[in-house]
Amino acid sequence: MKKSIILLLLMSCFACSSPSGNIESHVESHIDSNSQAQTEPTLYQKMGEKPALDNIIDHLINIIGQDDVVFAHFAQSNVTRFQDQLTVFLCHLADGPCQYKGDSMEDIHQGMYINKNEFNHFVELFIEAMDAADISYPIQNLLLAQLAPLRKTIINM
Amino acid sequence: MPMNKIPPLLYGCFLALYSANCSAEGKILATPGVSQIEGSGGGGIVPWAQLAGYATEESISVSAACSRVTVKDFSLDSCAVQANLYDKIELSYAKQSFEVTPLKLNLKQNIIGAKINLFGDLVYSTMPQVSLGIQSKRLKTSDVAFSLGAKKDTGTDVYIAASKLHLGFINGYNWLWNVTARHTKSNQLGLLGFGGAHEKKKIQLEVSSAILLNRHLALGVEFRQKSDNLNLGEDHWKDIFIAWFPNKHLSVTLAYVDLGSIAAIDKQTGWYLSTMWYL
Ligand code: HEM
Repeated sequence: MKKSIILLLLMSCFACSSPSGNIESHVESHIDSNSQAQTEPTLYQKMGEKPALDNIIDHLINIIGQDDVVFAHFAQSNVTRFQDQLTVFLCHLADGPCQYKGDSMEDIHQGMYINKNEFNHFVELFIEAMDAADISYPIQNLLLAQLAPLRKTIINM
Repeated sequence: MPMNKIPPLLYGCFLALYSANCSAEGKILATPGVSQIEGSGGGGIVPWAQLAGYATEESISVSAACSRVTVKDFSLDSCAVQANLYDKIELSYAKQSFEVTPLKLNLKQNIIGAKINLFGDLVYSTMPQVSLGIQSKRLKTSDVAFSLGAKKDTGTDVYIAASKLHLGFINGYNWLWNVTARHTKSNQLGLLGFGGAHEKKKIQLEVSSAILLNRHLALGVEFRQKSDNLNLGEDHWKDIFIAWFPNKHLSVTLAYVDLGSIAAIDKQTGWYLSTMWYL
């Protein structure tokens, strides 16, 4: 009993005292990114900034093009627009130096009737794209942590 | 692997589903966990809120697992099958065979389980996932249980479980926790019957905590509170486990277990090894 409690506690302490993964900094997204850069790099900086993000999205678009679960949704899409908008959106989400001014997730995906299976599958394609772009596992998880809560605003719309 | 312990009918269904290609892959690798020792989706010894297998709202999935626990004077073999219906309902069936090595005794028990997801999603909701489950147990070999003072050879456990996976929570690594409250009269899972002269508090707490070291490896600890209805010094159970998920069709779990005292023979520590197949 004692041993397992200690282990549980250890695991949670590990969480608080993490030297480089200050999770709170990603939540307080509107602090000026320059002043923040001196103390704690943003997720955007940690992932490798614009080259890394472009790389992920290039791979993602390629992977979607070859996927039979979600491709149908994108068959009519304007790829360039999707690429540009998604880049700004993710840059913003990762506290990068971008302001996403596009439509809300609800409005964009309205009428697409994306189901849970498709959404989850899309997340896995996104993981595949991050793998292909050599994003490390912890950084992948931090990005996914930002994306996962959006599911309720995207599915069954 | 003692695959033949699974009743032929269920095994048949399993194959039928396989050929019908109902395989579902809607969850992130490793997130549904494994099969616990009584057949429900969970960790090794604790049933979790998530339902076994990779099905989502739009699909069904089937899984099977066999495990062996070997401690100093006992060993427990169990095999189980689970069906996950639309990630709403889980049905399970498990067979356990318990070897009391010093007495050359064998005890057998069957467990039918059901679990319903009440609300929440392990990964995608801010709330934890919460599920309600039952395990209906029938001890086939009741003599030993009755001679030790058990009141019955059948019993039903009811539990409520809450689980949450926090993406990137520990320095970028994913952290999973589960808490389960179980109403039970089972003595050593039911292998020593149900109830007894010393039965008091009936709600038992069970917790698990795990960290995903990478996409394929989970490392965790579990604790399961037990009551001592028979006054044989039944101890709480704990384990530390590592689970490997090479893909969405297989997992292998290895654990070091501390089962404390069993039937008044103490210091029962040893190993747990389990394999699970998912369709
Ligand atoms: C967290 C996950 C997701 C995010 C962050 C996201 C974000 C976006 C963004 C920023 C756009 C561009 C909107 C615009 O053109 O102004 C977009 C468009 C689109 N999304 Fe999503 N999306 C997600 C999930 C999905 C899923 C799961 C599907 C389908 C399976 C999907 C299907 C589409 C389609 C078809 C378009 C329209 C492309 C076009 O015609 O221009 N999205 N999404």
